[in-house]
Amino acid sequence: MTKRFALGIFEDEDVLLHAVENVREAGVKIYEVFTPFPIHGIDDALGIERSRLPIAAFFFGLTGLSFALWMQIYMLGFDWPMIIGGKPHIALPAFIPVTFELTVLFCCHGMVITFYAISKLYPRWKTPVLDVRSTDDKFVMAIEVNENTDMNKLTQILRENGASEVNQKEMSKF
Amino acid sequence: MATLTHQESVTAEYLEVTPGTRKNFMLIIIAGVVLLIVGVIVSLFGGGGHEAAEGAAAAHGATAGHGVATAGNTAAAAHGGGEHHSSAPWLKRIIVSLWHNNVFFTGVSAIGTVFMAIQYVAYAGWSVVVKRINEALSAWLVPGLVIMLVVFGLNFINYDLFHWTVPGIMDKGDANYDAIIAGKSGFLNVPFYVIRMVVYLGLWIYFTKRLRDLSLAEDLNGGTAYFHKSINVSALFLVFYAVTSSMSAWDWVMSVDVHWFSTMFGWYVFASWWVSGIAAVTLCAILLKQAGYLPLLKDGHLHDLGKFMFGFSIFWTYLWFSQFMLIWYANMPEESVYFNQRLGGFNGQYTWLFYANLAINFVFPFLVLMTRDAKRQMIMLKIVSIAILIGHWSDFYLMFMPGTMKGENGFIIEIGIALIFLGSFLILMTKRLAQASLTPVHHPFLDESVHHTT
Repeated sequence: MTKRFALGIFEDEDVLLHAVENVREAGVKIYEVFTPFPIHGIDDALGIERSRLPIAAFFFGLTGLSFALWMQIYMLGFDWPMIIGGKPHIALPAFIPVTFELTVLFCCHGMVITFYAISKLYPRWKTPVLDVRSTDDKFVMAIEVNENTDMNKLTQILRENGASEVNQKEMSKF
Repeated sequence: MATLTHQESVTAEYLEVTPGTRKNFMLIIIAGVVLLIVGVIVSLFGGGGHEAAEGAAAAHGATAGHGVATAGNTAAAAHGGGEHHSSAPWLKRIIVSLWHNNVFFTGVSAIGTVFMAIQYVAYAGWSVVVKRINEALSAWLVPGLVIMLVVFGLNFINYDLFHWTVPGIMDKGDANYDAIIAGKSGFLNVPFYVIRMVVYLGLWIYFTKRLRDLSLAEDLNGGTAYFHKSINVSALFLVFYAVTSSMSAWDWVMSVDVHWFSTMFGWYVFASWWVSGIAAVTLCAILLKQAGYLPLLKDGHLHDLGKFMFGFSIFWTYLWFSQFMLIWYANMPEESVYFNQRLGGFNGQYTWLFYANLAINFVFPFLVLMTRDAKRQMIMLKIVSIAILIGHWSDFYLMFMPGTMKGENGFIIEIGIALIFLGSFLILMTKRLAQASLTPVHHPFLDESVHHTT
């Protein structure tokens, strides 16, 4: 599916931050903002909802915890019981370090993989980038447009709020 | 948008301690005194008078660590005939409890300065709005030193606190001679001990005063010179504190169980003080905010304090478990006697507290403060910080009681004395809070703190 975007290019993050507020106030829906570095307060300005990644993280951690406990209790308690240091087969204090490590491992990897998957940051043949300068020194505000959009008005709004250029670009698989 | 508005006027605001508040503090102290008296009466008439003398001698032999880890077991008293007699239970409990509470409150008090020093050295800006609370928290250090010296003197009535102070225990040929303790005489002797105590607290008091003076001068004169000076003072203080906090833990806490030692102990005690100190700062900030002060304190600051409490509760658990697991795994009698006393020793009377300690200091803060929303809600933070303060008070209780009171511990006298300390602590702390503006108006990072978002 091909989408068409109007791209406002900004030179400065403070200008961008003001522009985001004003553009949204003018009733324009911003698709996404691409910046070379994280900008404080941009999430609030864009009205982005908080990520639900922490919830996923909790369940990844819980999975790791259960897996680690199950693995150790099954292996050392039932599958191949051995006497180690005169301790009982199922010696919980001795299992805690491994349990901790596996909880962290599952949690971290699960979170990173989930984040990459939902942000579509996995390796691809062709990486869709709206404007490559957004990885260098420009701040790009992308607004999705269609044939009904009044481009002149949109360009004017962006220009008034400090955009140095307004471009258009079509993008498939975005 | 907080980040966009840069000119917010910051004016000095002063805490006014109302007579009502002062009355409440006095009520806490009176409640403590009443509990103390009730506790003494219960101890006097609640039986156990003659049993105490026998029990003390027997339990003493058991915990001395001569080979077999049989805590609470009345056999194996291999200690010669010249057993010293401890005080009546009520008196002993008062002395131990005074020491316990003073170590807890003094340690928490020192955290105020430590926290501030770390913020200075790290060039942290967010914490400026709670800086005055940290300064006020350290107001207990001077009375802490005085009480500590006095209670150490009380120890010599019947050597209730420190077994190594018993006369003759280090002299070969004496009836009280104990070879293990005598081997530690280079470090554990009364003059050196008192010197160390004065040096630790003297250093903490000096640096607290120094940082406070710089901070007050900055309020008057402004400029960045005081800030840079504070960084130097803080860095120096942290070096001293890193050493003295560990050593004070050996002296004040670990030498109660004088045969036993743990290399984790310094950090473990520090972690307990540290997380309680942060809980105290958080609680104080919330109470001030709810009383209408600290208008600049926002969710973001509470969130960061909440993260600290959450993180350092886990840090405490990490140290606690590192100490426990190694001793449990190696299972050497001279080491495991410590946990033997606390888990199942003395007819199992410390066992519930041992597990409750873990639940309140780890499980509770861990689960409650896990989400972001919980860290930004005053009610949640309030509940957790109170739980942490009670929990770490009990943690210290668990460090002191089995080694001193053996099986004769109690709670009424101890809680009474804790309330007396709490009331006095709050009176001193609010007094210092009221002496200066609650917002350090000329701190160079104030603006950053005001616009802090997380």
